[in-house]
Amino acid sequence: MTVLSYRQALHDTLRAELQRDENVFLIGEEIGVFEGSYKITAGLLAEFGPRRVRDAPIAEEGFTGVAIGAAMMGLRPVVEIMTINFSLLAIDQIVNNAAKLRSLSGGQVSVPLVIRTPGGGGPQLSATHSQNLEVWYAHVPGLKVVAPATCADAKGLLAAAIRDDDPVLVLENLALYNTKGEVPDGDHVAEIGRAAVLKPGRDITIVGYSRAAVIALDVARKLEADGISAEVIDLRSLRPLDRDTVCASVRKTSRAVIVEDDWLSYGTGAEIAATIAEGAFDYLDAPVRRVAAAEVPLPYAKPLELAALPDAAAITRVVRESLGGH
Amino acid sequence: MTDPAGTDLAREDPAVLRDYYRRMALIRAFEQRAAEMYTRARIGGYCHLNLGEEATVVGLTAALREEDYLFATYREHGYALARGAEPGRVMAELFGRTDGLSHGRGGSMHLFDTEHRLLGGYGIVGGQIPLATGAAFALAYKGGPAADAPAVMCLLGDATTNIGAFHESLNLASLWQLPIVYVIVNNQLGMGTPVEAASAEPELWRRGCAYRMPGQRVDGNDVLAVRDAARAAMAKARGDHQPTLLETVSYRLRGHSVVDPARYRTAQDAERLRREDPLPAFRGRLIASGVLDEEAAAHIDAEADKAVTAAVDFADASPAPDVTTLFDHVYASPPPGMYRGLPGGPIISGGGSA
Repeated sequence: MTVLSYRQALHDTLRAELQRDENVFLIGEEIGVFEGSYKITAGLLAEFGPRRVRDAPIAEEGFTGVAIGAAMMGLRPVVEIMTINFSLLAIDQIVNNAAKLRSLSGGQVSVPLVIRTPGGGGPQLSATHSQNLEVWYAHVPGLKVVAPATCADAKGLLAAAIRDDDPVLVLENLALYNTKGEVPDGDHVAEIGRAAVLKPGRDITIVGYSRAAVIALDVARKLEADGISAEVIDLRSLRPLDRDTVCASVRKTSRAVIVEDDWLSYGTGAEIAATIAEGAFDYLDAPVRRVAAAEVPLPYAKPLELAALPDAAAITRVVRESLGGH
Repeated sequence: MTDPAGTDLAREDPAVLRDYYRRMALIRAFEQRAAEMYTRARIGGYCHLNLGEEATVVGLTAALREEDYLFATYREHGYALARGAEPGRVMAELFGRTDGLSHGRGGSMHLFDTEHRLLGGYGIVGGQIPLATGAAFALAYKGGPAADAPAVMCLLGDATTNIGAFHESLNLASLWQLPIVYVIVNNQLGMGTPVEAASAEPELWRRGCAYRMPGQRVDGNDVLAVRDAARAAMAKARGDHQPTLLETVSYRLRGHSVVDPARYRTAQDAERLRREDPLPAFRGRLIASGVLDEEAAAHIDAEADKAVTAAVDFADASPAPDVTTLFDHVYASPPPGMYRGLPGGPIISGGGSA
């Protein structure tokens, strides 16, 4: 194990995969000369050259489609879309082509594509640059959507995505890039589709993914001091979704709170709540609760922004309410 | 041989010319039968025909080598046939049967035949253009220009030149010097909208100018003119990684799809269609120049009909896909716990009862 930042873990994984497989190449805006908007690709152009690290013009639909077409030909493109907000320019290519080509061709065509893109709101980036649109993609059969919360998963899930023969969207998070954690050395490939229990507990289950899982873990550790034993589940993958791990946990704890950075209605929490309703109904001692973003285009002004985003205080309050004012 | 239509038939191998006619006749027969099968509800969904575009289809595909890749639109039955797909497997796909090219997953608009390097028909207008550009990117990634290198041909309709993906793709292909030929199959109507009403530059091939991409407009009713232009463009794609924007001009004989009665057409249009129909025109040229006689031409027509009848019989005999195969081909590597419920099925196996 080595302690690395989430950013460094992503960078090192890209570098290792470029070294491992000649068919892997990177494509995106400002990933080469500029070294990436968030510097994930720093140094890679210099090391691998423009054939493997391809700066693309601002044309998300065009270069994402190019990557899908290259994947159809057996290459393994890793697309960087600067933030998930800009993926909307490419959504037709992702949803109508990447997700469907295998099916439409009756299995003749594979799309071993990775799209890396960060979500996340704050620091005053405001409405168009703070969205969490991952459920739009998690809704679509044919795609896989993974969301590493830990530095180990930044490595393991990205490596798994690159080696997967299906199109995988890797949801990163602006707020996680500087977080640090232990990362397994050597070849480390996570299994896509398995949730992780970040912290075991008896009294209540807190479910999250990406940044929300990190905050949930922090909240759970603090609640220990008050004698509350919360189990924290990091979904890690939104499609496929590991429903069994969630239900098994709730059958044990009988209470659940879901934390998500996206908007409440139709969000990930709704899917998890429905899963628990079906998979652990008779075990529940309290209604399943959700902590999600306020349903507004995220405002610029700091107090409004802070009020709109889920935080540790909101999670703590809802956990206590769920436990009956514990 | 004298030939009034322009291209000098004397330079051509008569056997090749007869083969072009054979392919055109097969497409004509196939599409007429597809229309009939559609109206008899044997084919569902949308069904767009290549009727009137046979010269373009055969000319373009004649310019391809086996190792080249073709991306098509949703009006692509003829391209699949001309590329070498079994007519029975194409018809079976239209019928939604197990032996269809995509085992009944795609239907009329989504014909894939990787064996013949047909990388799809595409139902979303222009969706194929970035993909084809990416295929050319992959070829350039793997190897440099060479006279015998493979290249990509990407078909698109006239109205497609108005979408963003077209412009983004042309920019990328030119910027990165990719081995691709974009072909605007201009049948002069985007559904019911004439080109002039949709495109500020109605000479569509000129749109390549913005990307410093050379182009050319050819008569889409002249199979040899189409082939020659496409062949020259493909040579530049192979040998120089120079992309080209080609435009073929023809006219579809039917509506946008089988169900479209094409009321937007005038009587003059209809008259022109009959006059310019490329199939009898090419037949007449070949007979006038002695490549075919009436008997030989009639024989080819009859053989095409026979092949299409056999295709319908094959499709009829092919079973419908079993519902147990519903989740096949969605993922290459489906994760162990992947949800495979049918409507109303339980989310969690075993349920949530205590």
